[in-house]
Amino acid sequence: MNSVVKMLLKRIGTSLVVLIGVSMLIFTIARVIPGDPARIALGPNASIEQIDKLRERLHLNDNIITQYGYFIKDLSNGNLGISLYTNRPVTTDIAQFLPATLELVIFAGFFMVAFGIPLGIIAAKYKDKWQDHSVRILALLTVSAPSFVWAVILMLLFAFFLPLFPVAGRIDDQLLLPDNITGFLTVDALIDGNFTVFVNAIWHILLPAFALSLSGIGQAARLTRANMVETYKKPYIEMAQAFGFSAKRIATKYAFKPSLIPSLTIIGLDFAAMLGNAFLVEAVFAWPGLSRYGVQVILRKDLNAIVGTVLVISAMFLVVNIIVDLLITYINPRIRLAKGQ
Amino acid sequence: MNNPLLKITNLELGFNTFQGEHKILHGLNIHIKAGERVALVGESGSGKSVTARIILGMFDELTSANFSGDILFNEQRLDLMTKAQKHSLRGKEISMIFQDPTSSLNPTFKIGQQFYEVLRTANPKIKKQAANKIAIDWLHKVAITDADRVLNSYAFQLSGGMNQRVMIAMALVNKPSLLLADEPGTALDVTVQAQTLNLMRELVTQENTAVLFISHNLGVVREFADRVYIIYKGRIVEQGKTHDIFDNPQHPYTQALMAAVPRITGGGIPEIDDTSERYYDPIFIHKGGEEIGDPV
Ligand SMILES: Nc1ncnc2c1ncn2[C@@H]1O[C@H](COP(=O)(O)OP(=O)(O)O)[C@@H](O)[C@H]1O
Ligand SMILES: [Mg+2]
Repeated sequence: MNSVVKMLLKRIGTSLVVLIGVSMLIFTIARVIPGDPARIALGPNASIEQIDKLRERLHLNDNIITQYGYFIKDLSNGNLGISLYTNRPVTTDIAQFLPATLELVIFAGFFMVAFGIPLGIIAAKYKDKWQDHSVRILALLTVSAPSFVWAVILMLLFAFFLPLFPVAGRIDDQLLLPDNITGFLTVDALIDGNFTVFVNAIWHILLPAFALSLSGIGQAARLTRANMVETYKKPYIEMAQAFGFSAKRIATKYAFKPSLIPSLTIIGLDFAAMLGNAFLVEAVFAWPGLSRYGVQVILRKDLNAIVGTVLVISAMFLVVNIIVDLLITYINPRIRLAKGQ
Repeated sequence: MNNPLLKITNLELGFNTFQGEHKILHGLNIHIKAGERVALVGESGSGKSVTARIILGMFDELTSANFSGDILFNEQRLDLMTKAQKHSLRGKEISMIFQDPTSSLNPTFKIGQQFYEVLRTANPKIKKQAANKIAIDWLHKVAITDADRVLNSYAFQLSGGMNQRVMIAMALVNKPSLLLADEPGTALDVTVQAQTLNLMRELVTQENTAVLFISHNLGVVREFADRVYIIYKGRIVEQGKTHDIFDNPQHPYTQALMAAVPRITGGGIPEIDDTSERYYDPIFIHKGGEEIGDPV
């Protein structure tokens, strides 16, 4: 069997084990935090009987292990139960809200890589010169505040004082949405050939995605710089210089690739962490994503929805990690060839 | 064209440290004629590598390095050249081979890609296919028979000797007139080192490439060089034809050196413990080791 496939299967296997662990944990936590979900869902005017009926339907009167059994049984049918908040299957809710979050996080991840890595390269190439100092200050600034603070600051600056960008949402209300194919507005607009919607969606996503990515940009820049500076001390870089490779080719290729390998794991983790940070940025920009949904269902102690949301986000986290591992395997010939044996 | 290919006059070098300037080179004079193989021999730390690096301009951006002196190469003053001018000589007019071939090759790119980059520095428009042909040709010259496989490998998949051959081919493929070889292959085992040095000698003879051969292995130097400079603590103490230096060492330091090393088998230069005031005696230049016009 192909070694990469083998590794992939192994990683998927361990990820499933992790997911089961996460599900047990969140299943338990959701049930031990105080408050009766049935009472919260039905409101203060509900009768004891109504509440009891709902508790019965939710299996809340059984012990927790039996409850978990029901949960797993449903899950194996692809069923995460009904949300008490929206009264729809949790899977339907997630399918609606997840793409907005993913779109935001992917844009932010793109910014992190597209700005952070080149900044790091420049800083390393001009080590101890003004370019390096500027990048260091910039990076320190970005990581000194959490992303939701940046969200507020950017919104104030570029949506309020300078009204260049919209304040909230994914798209202008008066625009007709394209067919929901991927759930990514930008992609769906392109499939639809609707350029107006595409531009409008990009215009909406820029500010929140940038706010979400800022600390990641700083991290990626610092990390890339640090690893590049180490690489520049290597004999093969001296060789490249002695052989007259251009400084630019060395910075963007011959020193960059060996430096990217150790950076990639952490950049991948930062990217995955954005799934969590998106919670607050979505709140600031009224972004109709899974995070906002997650906050709502936690406040309402909507058990099924909480467990479903956390599981999906964990699964995303694990998927990102597997993708990063695959990338590293692809980029690092040592690992690739070792696995090929 | 009476001038030698390389003529270094009164080269001084110091590094700024926290304790003030640390002087490394105290006015070196070195010349190399076209096609000549010249060895620079001395203990570790005596200033051999820094000399080679200054020639290549590798310290130009290091603010802690102060150096002065004239460096004449091919009738051009290297020390007066712009960075770009000097850069354009690297890998083409002057190239370099390092101690450890395996760590001198990039672990994340195949040999073929690195060879291509070397060829590109001389001819930026060269196509991959044409480069591949030239690379294969040159790998054959350094006695690599399965050139295709080597070009498709990473350095860590090849033996040290194989990588050394690759380095030699890369260093010579653009037909430089000067090769700086800084203790080439010291990291390899002795027989492999000897094999690759033989190869290198054959090729530079064929191509009429001059070599500044840096070494602290007297046995190897005796085999390889036409002429020898002995360097002690940043000063040349003796220079002359190889056989003159070995058969008739004149400077107290050279004599101590020769006495400390088994003459025939050679081997590395040991640290000579009992430093003598006389090691600072003025330079001894054997007849025939001087440059025309040099004071003898
Ligand atoms: N970049 C540098 N900064 C400070 N000191 C250096 C630097 N490079 C070399 N030196 C010092 O210069 C001296 C000569 O070094 P080098 O030329 O490498 O010796 P070798 O003869 O063994 O090749 C050593 O004492 C070394 O510590
Ligand atoms: Mg050295």
